[in-house]
Amino acid sequence: MEQQLFWLWGGIAVISAVMMILKRNPVHSALCLVVVFVSLALLYVLLGAEFLAAVQVIVYAGAIMVLFLFVIMLLNLETEVRSQGLSRVAFKACSLAGTGLLLLLLLGGGAVKALRAMAPEQVSGVPGNTQAVAELLFTKYLLPFEVTSILLLAAIVGALVLAGKRD
Amino acid sequence: MGIETGTVMLSIIGPEVVLVLAALGIMMTDLFVKSDSEQPFLMWIGFVGMLGALAVSASFWGKEAAYGFYGMVVADNFSAFFTTLFLIAGGLTLLMSSGYVRAQGIAAGEYYTLTLFATTGMVLMAQSTDLIMLFLGLEVLSVSLYVLAGMAQDSTRSAESSLKYFMLGAFSTGFLLYGIALLYGACGSTRLADIGSVLAQKQILREPMLLAGMGLLLTGFGFKIAMAPFHRWAPDVYEGAPTPITGFMSVGVKAAAFAALLRVFAGSLAALSPHWKELLWIGSVLTMTIGNVAALRQTNIKRMLAYSSIAHAGYILIGVVAGGSAGTGAVLYYLLVYTLMNIGAFAVVITIEQKGEKNLNLSAYAGIGSRHLALGAAMAVFMFSLAGIPPFSGFMGKFYIFSAAVKEGYIGLTIIAVLNSLVSVYYYLRVTVMMFMQEPESGAEEAAVFFHPALAGVLLIAIFFTVQMGLFPSSYLQFAQDSIKMFL
Repeated sequence: MEQQLFWLWGGIAVISAVMMILKRNPVHSALCLVVVFVSLALLYVLLGAEFLAAVQVIVYAGAIMVLFLFVIMLLNLETEVRSQGLSRVAFKACSLAGTGLLLLLLLGGGAVKALRAMAPEQVSGVPGNTQAVAELLFTKYLLPFEVTSILLLAAIVGALVLAGKRD
Repeated sequence: MGIETGTVMLSIIGPEVVLVLAALGIMMTDLFVKSDSEQPFLMWIGFVGMLGALAVSASFWGKEAAYGFYGMVVADNFSAFFTTLFLIAGGLTLLMSSGYVRAQGIAAGEYYTLTLFATTGMVLMAQSTDLIMLFLGLEVLSVSLYVLAGMAQDSTRSAESSLKYFMLGAFSTGFLLYGIALLYGACGSTRLADIGSVLAQKQILREPMLLAGMGLLLTGFGFKIAMAPFHRWAPDVYEGAPTPITGFMSVGVKAAAFAALLRVFAGSLAALSPHWKELLWIGSVLTMTIGNVAALRQTNIKRMLAYSSIAHAGYILIGVVAGGSAGTGAVLYYLLVYTLMNIGAFAVVITIEQKGEKNLNLSAYAGIGSRHLALGAAMAVFMFSLAGIPPFSGFMGKFYIFSAAVKEGYIGLTIIAVLNSLVSVYYYLRVTVMMFMQEPESGAEEAAVFFHPALAGVLLIAIFFTVQMGLFPSSYLQFAQDSIKMFL
């Protein structure tokens, strides 16, 4: 079961990633990217990393995609979108199909979770997923965690410099 | 290898801590800087930070390798050598920048902050003993440099340079990460020591996943050292970036990538060396040939130096291919030599460059040598040294690399390299000939020279070491040899 689910979601992730590049309409590309993120989240569930899966959905599929869409809308690509875009009906059909797919994936995720709960290797006494991640983050991966903050600081300073240049 | 894992040991990342504190100090002080004339103060904060970091890293020299942060970083001779090299490059870059930044109207606070962050990233790369740490160090370095490359004010070239570097850099980072992921998949660890011990058992050496991971990792590093065929970004990026940053990139990024390359490939992937040595052999030949041949046709001095830096990466790769105590030692010595002479050459370019990217064309150099004798002589020293003419340090660097290659039996490679250095003499000497033996075209306005005391200091330091390391190379070579004991 796990094998089949892995291939299913892995396949969906790869196909949507390719679609994302091939689509001419940036909004469609962005939506394909959402599917990639969600299927990656499901792969994390399959690995038993529920915390990572939740973070993946919240941060990538949620926050970062919203930013992407904002930028796409702000860039005002309307004429291109109209000439290249799908017809209204087709778009509705696509979005319906997409929503259906997402629901299916989420349900599948629940199923896997139930599956894992029944699995014999689940030993009681193992700390929860979130706790395990936190422990690793503040022991073994303490330095990478801290260095990431320098990386982000450099990126923020850089973004300010490049964005503020034209005043 | 008994690695102490349970400890944090803040002292091991001492150089990084000092550098980051100095960077934060610059950002804070920047708030209170009212006029342009106070800007050099920011530079001096950075410079003092570099000196402090140098003092900390010098204290690691000659001691037993100390691991910290659960085996993520190490302080050993190798990291101390490279930290010293990065801090020399960074410190000289700061000195070169102080006049330039003001003249070109670049945002000084951010410029110096990012330069320090970039140096921090380099030091982290040299100290890391884990692929994750290595990746983060590389990213801190790269992100800072993407921005620095685009900081030249109101210049379309600079924006192009920054964008190109960013797009291609991000792409190459993808290769590197994929390589790390595959190595992790094959070996079950991202720690270099663990990867080394897994490979030493020789059970998975033919695993396709492992070989693919090695290839991808090599691609990622190849991009950073501008190894052909991944060198195409270098001339455009080097041309558009602010000149001191071009100098910094050409020596610092290269040295950092070589430090990582040596630690990963000569250190933990040593069991795979037949495979990667073959790839690097081809890469080295392509890199020096393409670099030298393309440099012949350049009329812009920054582009010429960019191709020259590609060619030098090719020479250094020979040392990596040769390996062993002689080859690896020669790589380190060459990097040190190359850092000083190339920064010196860029300091001359800055002196002659005018606001708005003027005077970067070779024709602007006509007659400068006869009007400014000292400047012309300085450029001649750096060009002779880059070309590998005795008695300058560039000659000794090439000599050690080639003799190591001959000793290991890479005769063909050495012959190609010697032919290449002969080709390179043409374009290096052309600059000198221009400066001393040609008169500026009639009607062309006489190039004024941009003089700054800090810049003169950089020139003096660079000349001193270029000559001294050529005349008395043995102590520097010993320094390099002592740094690589753990690979042998």
